[in-house]
Amino acid sequence: MPYTADDPRQWSPDELRARIPGWGVDSDPADRPSYPKQRFAPGETGAHWELPDQQPEHAPRERSIEHARLTPVFGTVAPLRGLSGAIRRFAYARFSEGRAAHWLLLILGDRVDVIESSVTSLVSGHPDELVSETGVLSEKRRHGIASRFGRGRVDVKHQWIDPLLVVGPWLLASWGAIALVRKVFRSR
Amino acid sequence: MKAMVYRGPYRVRIEEKDIPAIEHPNDAIVRVTRAAICGSDLHLYHGMMPDTRVGTTFGHEFIGVVEAVGPSVANLQVGDRVMVPFNVYCGSCWFCARGLYSNCHNVNPNATAVGGIYGYSHTCGGYDGGQAEYVRVPFADVGPMVIPEWLDDEDALMLTDALPTGYFGAQLGDITEGDTVVVFGAGPIGLFAAKSSWLMGAGRVIVVDHLENRLAKAREFAHAETFHFGEYDDIVVALKKATDHLGADVAIDAVGAEADGNLTQHITAAKFKLQGGSPIALNWAIDSVRKGGNVSVMGAYGPMFSAVKFGDAMNKGLTLRMNQCPVKRQWPRLLEHIRAGYIKPSEIITHRLPLDDIAEGYHMFSAKLDGCIKPVIVPSAA
Repeated sequence: MPYTADDPRQWSPDELRARIPGWGVDSDPADRPSYPKQRFAPGETGAHWELPDQQPEHAPRERSIEHARLTPVFGTVAPLRGLSGAIRRFAYARFSEGRAAHWLLLILGDRVDVIESSVTSLVSGHPDELVSETGVLSEKRRHGIASRFGRGRVDVKHQWIDPLLVVGPWLLASWGAIALVRKVFRSR
Repeated sequence: MKAMVYRGPYRVRIEEKDIPAIEHPNDAIVRVTRAAICGSDLHLYHGMMPDTRVGTTFGHEFIGVVEAVGPSVANLQVGDRVMVPFNVYCGSCWFCARGLYSNCHNVNPNATAVGGIYGYSHTCGGYDGGQAEYVRVPFADVGPMVIPEWLDDEDALMLTDALPTGYFGAQLGDITEGDTVVVFGAGPIGLFAAKSSWLMGAGRVIVVDHLENRLAKAREFAHAETFHFGEYDDIVVALKKATDHLGADVAIDAVGAEADGNLTQHITAAKFKLQGGSPIALNWAIDSVRKGGNVSVMGAYGPMFSAVKFGDAMNKGLTLRMNQCPVKRQWPRLLEHIRAGYIKPSEIITHRLPLDDIAEGYHMFSAKLDGCIKPVIVPSAA
């Protein structure tokens, strides 16, 4: 008990060594790979440059305002486009990573992106398959009921929210679109 | 080529994409032979990570064969069988020169708070990942390593993230011989953290989760004592009783942003995205470790604020340590341990699926169906 100075723990190195493969082989903290935390060793990385060549910037690339420059290398997947692109561009140009507005705008951009992409996908002839893309059709094959119930799983209590989160925004958007169309027709 | 593509929260599909091109002189193009879905991919899949764009390909755990190299690549050749750390890093910036590969400053224009990660949103640099037939690998002379002849493909795959991260988590706990270590989360990272704690001389290792199949794996694979937190009114009190009311010397959070165990925290963070992550496991770690103890955080959280119990951490005099794992720093030692037979990392793999079944893989892993602990993806071009 910690109410006195005696250490209550009982353990036996010999027993552990016999039971656990490799027990204690990395016991010395100074011999562990990440010691010391910041070990100056630039020659060990394989880099053969002082500063990497600059990757060509074929289109304006958004960046954090906490950076002094565009980094030498960057990802080029899914460049900014549409309304979601405008929201994200504003988040990067106006707010640092220290501001909640930066991240909240990026999350807003994500949601707008989903709607824009679904519409684009529909027009391009490769529409979203809202059910099969969720993978729920594999429920039976993957023992959905047996995996969830009678096993003391804590997360089952709130899994009913997941379908609402997936389908809910689409229902709301559809309701909004129908309401808008009705309003336009009624005003004529 | 075929690639997994994100379509929105909880939705992914396979699309035809262009085979990636060399965009920088030190790039390589790798034909993916095995990829894995990581628990942290689920944060993207659930729409929790800001700037996750529709059309991106996830996957930061992959191995493959070098298909093409840029003009400045000196250490790799076409045809090499390589494993690629999940970190994209340059090897020469202020941080890389000091071994902080996961904190590279030259690869992520979108944020200074995190380095580059394959297939992990634009917040982590906007790179496509390896759940595809081909992937662009920047700084081919720095990150990838030719897989030793004796090493099995699936063991190599586990070396790209899960095993080094678990091992790194145990290291950040600064375990000394005889320490009691409690690991929150019996997923791949938690299992490897528990296993690694023994290598560092732990006297006792306890694993906490609520999924019985994972706790069974923790007992069998990691030789750990286990606690099902759903069976206790208050897991912190249970852990205190189990440690003579002293508390564990070291606690490792191997859960992260979508932790369960407190409905309010989970709903506000994981469902309504009002926090960067649900810090239930982290708060349990803070409260169950002994005064003056160490808390190591390997669970991934988003960049927004989270309701963490810093007051308790301060009053208890805790040391909190955390980082994304600098994978390649761990490889030489972990290869020794695998060769010595101390760890067989592929033992945690439970499912293997073709790339075409990616939606099923994500749903199964996300909903914890079919006893899934670690799903591996096999691209058809493999």
